[in-house]
Amino acid sequence: MNAQSCASSGFPIAPLFALDTLWFQVAGTLCNLQCMHCFISCSTTNHAHEMLTLADVKRHLREAEALGVKEYYFTGGEPFMNHEIFEILEETLCQGPVSVLTNGVLIRADTAARLKRLSDASEYSLDIRISIDGWNAATNDPIRGAGTFERILGGVRALASAGLNPVITVTEACEGAATQDGRTRFFDFLRSIGLPQPRLKIMPLLRIGAEEQRLRAYESWETLKGRELTPEEAGVLQCTGCRMVTSKGVYVCPILIDSPDAKMGETLKDTMRPFQLSHQACFTCHETGFSCRT
Amino acid sequence: MTTVDLGTFQRISLFGGIYSNYLSLLKAMEISRSRGVDAMIALGDFGAFGPHPDRTVEILRASGIPTIQGNYEESLATAAEDCHCGYTDPSDNAFAQISYDYTREKTAVAHKAWMATLPPHLRLTIAGKRLLLCHGSPRKINEFLWETTTPRPFIEKLLSDHAADLIVCTHTGLQWQRFTGPGRGVVNVGALGRPANDGKPNVWFAILEERAGDVAVDFVPVEYDHARLAREMRSEGLPGEFVETIETGWWTTCLEILPAKERARGRF
Repeated sequence: MNAQSCASSGFPIAPLFALDTLWFQVAGTLCNLQCMHCFISCSTTNHAHEMLTLADVKRHLREAEALGVKEYYFTGGEPFMNHEIFEILEETLCQGPVSVLTNGVLIRADTAARLKRLSDASEYSLDIRISIDGWNAATNDPIRGAGTFERILGGVRALASAGLNPVITVTEACEGAATQDGRTRFFDFLRSIGLPQPRLKIMPLLRIGAEEQRLRAYESWETLKGRELTPEEAGVLQCTGCRMVTSKGVYVCPILIDSPDAKMGETLKDTMRPFQLSHQACFTCHETGFSCRT
Repeated sequence: MTTVDLGTFQRISLFGGIYSNYLSLLKAMEISRSRGVDAMIALGDFGAFGPHPDRTVEILRASGIPTIQGNYEESLATAAEDCHCGYTDPSDNAFAQISYDYTREKTAVAHKAWMATLPPHLRLTIAGKRLLLCHGSPRKINEFLWETTTPRPFIEKLLSDHAADLIVCTHTGLQWQRFTGPGRGVVNVGALGRPANDGKPNVWFAILEERAGDVAVDFVPVEYDHARLAREMRSEGLPGEFVETIETGWWTTCLEILPAKERARGRF
């Protein structure tokens, strides 16, 4: 269980303590929006990773069951662009708790009602997580696209009306969101739009993908080269407890799917081994203790 | 550290987080004796939230019942700056800090030294089943095992990794059980010190006993003088939000950690 210190390359090595969190890039890199800060540059035309099929997911679920996975996350791109998404969620909810990361704009009343039925039918939690990047259109739309603020709120309201309470995710692209005042303002805002039990997750920016062009890329000093990893630090890093399935194979984490050397194999079993923290995005996880989990 | 094996039992009482609620502890001990248990065991988090933390510790120490170290005892024993409860939201951490600072100040040095000696796990046998008692999970003192996010395959992995048939834990404050086979699974005994976020002021503990060759679980409600506890909390200057929970049975703080379904059951 000991975290290892520097390998010969000079980068610390993150062990895999247990595969607790299994991610599925269920919509590949295909998205109906094209957010300016997307760390994997998703768009309607980005086929870097394709949609996963129900059969793909089932195959990995069988392996995950044997490995004792604790929870499942679905992301993209936009998961509700996947035509098999409801069947995929239903299958997964038989095996464990599920979170879906969505931009919310495709969630209408019928979608929300169907999700509520899936949630009610399972003994496990179904969490829908919606991304929004501001308190109003003026702060959100420059990042997520013209007119998206109102469309996102439509999805939030549909879920709330159906009796589901989404987690709202905000990145630090929304200035001040991470401060205590920013959080308070968000909690008040969420109550005002019909979420009496607001749930909020603030995420740091990952300076890769589209975000490199929007604000800046990582500086050369933002690296873990030469750093030691204590067992406590290792315990916080999400890659010591997760893996990500995409159409191209199994990757170390949800962040590094555009890095060919972050692909660890074709099956989950292939990836039950340590990973070298040589990517600059690893710096953000290490410095902030950030996890893509809710 | 080698895990102590307490031996074989017919019927035991298990107390989850007491959170300085010495009044509910006394009541649960009384109920346990009337139910004829052959052991009572406390699973950690004796302090926090409530008033006069030493009263709970003194009752536990005087009774001599086996106890496990929770994250609170670990923090107090190591003079940590916070309770290591595992929250991430700043406002949750602010309330947790008020609670921890009060408890740290009011806990006698000798009791903190005693807390350092407590084991993280205990083992015992009921109906031939190997029980592993812990605070959060067998692998982490502050891991939250909630009903709707602790799936069967994961439970099987924990049982296999820790050579147990049944894991008994607390830390979340909500009681639940899930079995993957006869006598195999997880029992979270909930909290003895704080209501179960259900709008009722009573608290809970669990009795596990041998029944028809298997382990049976009873969650036992405890009615106690919660109005007196609320008065004492007020006079100690503890936050009104904490007092409200004791009086109403609804959780008012540290809600961010709750999974979707558990959150939906509460008022806040």
